[in-house]
Amino acid sequence: MTLELTIAIIITVVGASTPILIAALGELVVEKSGVLNLGVEGMMLVGAITGFVVVFTTGNHYLAILLAAGAGLATSMIFAFLTLSLSANQTATGLALTIFGTGFSALAGQGYSARPVTLLGPLFPSELATHPIWRVLFGYSALVYFSLAMVFAVWWFLKKSRAGLILRAVGENDHSAHSIGYSVVAVRYGAVAFGGAMAGIAGACFPLLLTPQWAERMTAGRGWIAVALVVFASWKPFRLLAGAYLFGLVMTMELYAKAGGGPLSAIPAELWAAMPYLATVIVLVLISIRRDASSNAPACLGRPFLPSN
Amino acid sequence: MPNRLELRGITKQFPGVLANDHVSFAVKPGEIHALLGENGAGKSTLVKMIYGIMQPDSGEIRWNGEPVLVPNPKAARRLGIGMVFQHFSLFEALTVLENIALGMDAKIPSRELEARIREVMQTYGLLLDPHRTVATLSVGERQRIEIVRALLLNPKLLIMDEPTSVLTPQEVDQLFTVLRQLASEGCSILYISHKLHEIKALCDTATILRGGKLVDTCDPKAETSRSMAEKMIGTGLKDIIKPEGRRFGEPKLVVNGLTTRKTGDFDVPVTDVSFTVRSGEILGIAGVAGNGQNALLDALSGELKGEEREAISIDGRAIGLMDTTERRRHGLCAVPEERNGHAAVGDFSLSDNSVLTARDRLGMVMLGLINSGAANTYTGKVIADFAVKALGPAATAGSLSGGNLQKYIMGREILQKPTVLVVSQPTWGVDAGAAAAIHQALVNLATAGSAIVVISQDLDELRALSDTLAVINMGRLSASRPLGDFSVEEIGLLMGGVHGEEAA
Repeated sequence: MTLELTIAIIITVVGASTPILIAALGELVVEKSGVLNLGVEGMMLVGAITGFVVVFTTGNHYLAILLAAGAGLATSMIFAFLTLSLSANQTATGLALTIFGTGFSALAGQGYSARPVTLLGPLFPSELATHPIWRVLFGYSALVYFSLAMVFAVWWFLKKSRAGLILRAVGENDHSAHSIGYSVVAVRYGAVAFGGAMAGIAGACFPLLLTPQWAERMTAGRGWIAVALVVFASWKPFRLLAGAYLFGLVMTMELYAKAGGGPLSAIPAELWAAMPYLATVIVLVLISIRRDASSNAPACLGRPFLPSN
Repeated sequence: MPNRLELRGITKQFPGVLANDHVSFAVKPGEIHALLGENGAGKSTLVKMIYGIMQPDSGEIRWNGEPVLVPNPKAARRLGIGMVFQHFSLFEALTVLENIALGMDAKIPSRELEARIREVMQTYGLLLDPHRTVATLSVGERQRIEIVRALLLNPKLLIMDEPTSVLTPQEVDQLFTVLRQLASEGCSILYISHKLHEIKALCDTATILRGGKLVDTCDPKAETSRSMAEKMIGTGLKDIIKPEGRRFGEPKLVVNGLTTRKTGDFDVPVTDVSFTVRSGEILGIAGVAGNGQNALLDALSGELKGEEREAISIDGRAIGLMDTTERRRHGLCAVPEERNGHAAVGDFSLSDNSVLTARDRLGMVMLGLINSGAANTYTGKVIADFAVKALGPAATAGSLSGGNLQKYIMGREILQKPTVLVVSQPTWGVDAGAAAAIHQALVNLATAGSAIVVISQDLDELRALSDTLAVINMGRLSASRPLGDFSVEEIGLLMGGVHGEEAA
């Protein structure tokens, strides 16, 4: 394998991993507050169509990212209102949100398919990335650096900040947190909003970073992988980074295997395509066997909070 | 010097209940003051008003001689009142330090907070690693977190709500040392309990409540446990009536070489346990907590799967390989120590809880359908016969107070008239009146011909109840002998065993 090819693969892997990483970081914060939002895929699709339409009409990529975040956040508020204010079942509401997002994005995207836009270019000037090696470090768009910065930011927030401690406390024991005097519902609203914004940005990655056009269901189940990845990483941001890149690698391998030639095509492309999902199942089984890892799960995950007297 | 705390004519009315009726008493600086009463006597309501969780309807709270209003717990803490609750509100997945930080009113940088925590721990010998996760701590260690949290605010009055109900005897001793040290430094302590021997050992003054009214304020060291118990329940305490000249019949439960496997890190298995209980006999099993009592109960009830058919037999029939349901059908009923979640399902109605253990013995299920009429009737009988305070068979188990739930659970098993009944801690956390009722019911069951095994840490209980006694230590059971053959010292030595600690 030549140096050129290796570097091309690395860059593809990073690109493919970024939306999963961003969405999963958002979901991680949501779950740490004790809420299970299965609507990530739906919020991503809303973000994707918003990002596409904005960049198609204005040509401004950063505005597209910002508005995609807003659209994801707005979508997540439907979920928050139903589950937090009205105490609806989180699993069912999350699934409904995904169905809603899929339908809404398809409706809003009518007439936009097969119309090209431009991808978001690299953040740093190309002089920095002349040599192939430098491209590995400086050849990406702002979204990639944003995702890496967010890994650190989320870790710092949860581990070091007082607000993060309160968020974990709410996810761990909502009734105790309530009795000490923290507003469980407000904290969870905040967490769900953050998760929605992150999912929106993750969705915008598809038209802005990967394929410069709109296609129905273009997120192709990555939202579900993000949800699985949070468990996979046992709610730890840096493990999430490793997990996202592992999935990105497997998905890139699939592309190369489909392109034919080389040692990768020894395994059928269908198997490569199934690989991320197989890996999810295997990892979930391994984690369940190792009890202590799953004990990292927030104790109130998915349970509605009903304050008693 | 003015009184640290003084209550004058505190009255609190709840719908249908006068929880506190003109209660007045005073706590001096550095005094350990007991607040004594049965479940429902109004102790909790009273301290909730002192700590600002509730407001009195009338009456006055005076703090260092000045009348004060305590609108909320924050205000109470600002005055210098700290409280350690019976049920801790801790976050299991967080560390000791994080838990304490969450409960502090002031925002203190975590490094500074840690230094202060270490200082408090050092001063009072409350040793804990601030970076340990709460989930890995024992109940006693968790209580220390709550105490440290209260002490960080330099309280002038510390309220302890039934602090020893979940502690082992060793942990109780450690707690008392801390409380005495605090009192010697001038901090007053309001100690809520119904354990009379503890109050005699620890407290300077005792205020006794009954039905919301103050009955007496006395010096517990000058009273006997019995005289205080009688003031608490209002009538003379009934002794257990054991019919004279009882004879033991045929062996009902024979355990021969019972051994269990270790199931968890903190689990003590039993090794080569053998004993026989005859018809009409009550065998007491004494021991300090954590010496294999849980494994023994689970192995007898069938919860822990047996490996040898002959290890346990009832009425000559080997049942060692049977599961819980089959054992119940053959006449062996068991009551585990943990009431809510193990002996009963908190979210289920009492009636459904009755179905769970009595369905086969009392025919509550026919052709796969629950006969709810039979379940309701039986549950109603349990409620009536054991004076359980519940709204009826449809009340959820979780809505009952600890003592009432225990009365229900004991009644549910006893009225099934099992051949063999195995119970663990039958009166843990139950007030004196209810405990006496449970004891009498057990004796009556034995008199009617059942064989009973009582596993308990309470020596007074075992000495009042048992005909024969054995001691469990590190999973091994001593030979059982008639109660009269043991001196207290001897039981203590056996309980101490390898631990080398004094028995409670």
